Amino acid sequence: MSKVRYSAFKVLKEALSGHKGWEPVWRDAEPKTEGYDVIIVGGGGHGLATAYYLAKNHGITNVAVLERGWIGSGNVGRNTTIIRSNYLLPGNEPFYELSMQLWENLEQDINYNAMVSQRGIMNLIHSDAQRDAFVRRANSMLFADAGAEYLNQDDIKDRYPFLDVKNARFPIKGALSQPRGGTVRHDAVAWGYARAASNLGVDIIQNCEVKGFNIDNGVCSGVKTTKGDIKAGRVAVCVAGSSGRVMAQAGIKLPIESHVLQAFVTEGLKPVMDNVITFGAGHFYCSQSDKGGLVFGGDIDAYNTYAQRGNLPVVEDVCSGGMAIMPMIGRARLLRSWGGIMDMSMDGSPFIDKTEINELYFNGGWCYGGFKATPASGYCYAHLLATGEYHEVASAFRLDRFRRGAMIDEKGVGPQPNLH
Amino acid sequence: MIINHPLLGPRDSEEFVYLGSTDLINRPDWESGTAAEDFHQYQYIRENVAGDNPELWYHEQGDQSWLVVTRNTLTHEIKSVELAADYARRMGRSK
Ligand SMILES: Cc1cc2nc3c(=O)[nH]c(=O)nc-3n(C[C@H](O)[C@H](O)[C@H](O)COP(=O)(O)OP(=O)(O)OC[C@H]3O[C@@H](n4cnc5c(N)ncnc54)[C@H](O)[C@@H]3O)c2cc1C
Repeated sequence: MSKVRYSAFKVLKEALSGHKGWEPVWRDAEPKTEGYDVIIVGGGGHGLATAYYLAKNHGITNVAVLERGWIGSGNVGRNTTIIRSNYLLPGNEPFYELSMQLWENLEQDINYNAMVSQRGIMNLIHSDAQRDAFVRRANSMLFADAGAEYLNQDDIKDRYPFLDVKNARFPIKGALSQPRGGTVRHDAVAWGYARAASNLGVDIIQNCEVKGFNIDNGVCSGVKTTKGDIKAGRVAVCVAGSSGRVMAQAGIKLPIESHVLQAFVTEGLKPVMDNVITFGAGHFYCSQSDKGGLVFGGDIDAYNTYAQRGNLPVVEDVCSGGMAIMPMIGRARLLRSWGGIMDMSMDGSPFIDKTEINELYFNGGWCYGGFKATPASGYCYAHLLATGEYHEVASAFRLDRFRRGAMIDEKGVGPQPNLH
Repeated sequence: MIINHPLLGPRDSEEFVYLGSTDLINRPDWESGTAAEDFHQYQYIRENVAGDNPELWYHEQGDQSWLVVTRNTLTHEIKSVELAADYARRMGRSK
């Protein structure tokens, strides 16, 4: 078990002694024959965070995280790294604000540099109606102590001369800004949580795909995997884009469709953009990584898919959105693009819930916005698994909310997953 | 993706709007005793198929017909395309 504490002093000491004192960041484990109190299916950000908070907050350390590939190979390593708590609805906003507060203390808490950078996020406004909607959202953010600012056209022009504020179709009239929003190094979140959980005794088992559940008389007692059957007191599914396929193995259908979201990065440039800018009207958002690449994305591809790659029309759509609002991006060369599978829910909001099968739990439906939720998702899922009670900020994320008419539809587009 | 329209030949998928799987054709009977539960299933619960998925595409930028496109959701390969009306009749509906 790695007990090395990272610090400036340690880096210096290792530099002077030939770097012989480092250890693997987490312990690679094989399944225990006697089983576990809790098995978490899926070694993405949410699964690893859940394992960490189970151990840290609730003292439950006989836990395994089962990952089909290697940890971080899913969306936690594919997203555009934006964190924010700028939601409107009461079912969402306190949850995302808890997540933001956890981000703010994450690196000290897990002793790992996740490059949490609260560089600010700015949502552009182009019309009076949009201004009204964003001001309303800002008020909701202020109620949740998330902080919000309104920027006018001059503020924006001064700070970001490359934005086309006079755009004929979408003139920039102002922006909603959340100065506490920003970016986090996504892989480091997976590695940091893995290390912290592993140090508390959690087994992280890679290359171990769950192929089925052992269910008798409506009670789940373990999983069937490519490394054999593993017993568990409780099974917590947390597989993001694979939610439909995995839950089908337990005979459960979900209010979720799987869709692909693409992202893009340019060659490294000198610093031009010190925050995150979203151009919602043109389906484009962008930030600049510490390496200098402009990291950007837009809409999902709009048809169900499990293929981790998108099609060219969306590439064109996203790039033309970028050209419209910040024409200078046309001078940069596109370095890479990739895709990840989104668990798009029927109202655009997630689930952290029990299921109709005892001891089988479900976490999913994070759509394209689950990275920012990673700490709070793990925190609240661990709370549910350990206590059987819904955490107060996650109590609305229930699977039966559609039946009850209690949707959490931020955009108000109805049950059409590709529009959320 | 290229969708081979049964009347118009090969068309760019950009001309179409995607709705969802063909389950959406089978709108439940609102007079049935189980209508509330049936509509919950119809409206909110998805098969979310990994593999061949018959689905509804609307040719908005073309002849405005509804098509049933059977597409593999793991590979994006399109297996067959037919008019939604033909598909619905084959499934025993009047239209
Ligand atoms: C291009 C893109 C951009 C995004 N941008 C943002 C953003 O800027 N901000 C934001 O907040 N969110 C963003 N997201 C969304 C965010 O990445 C996801 O919502 C979030 O990462 C999902 O949770 P996760 O990290 O646990 O998922 P994953 O990392 O996908 O974890 C799920 C894991 O489950 C494993 N698994 C699947 N099936 C099985 C099985 N049968 N057995 C064992 N393991 C299994 C997978 O291999 C995977 O590792 C973006 C997503 C994409 C694709």
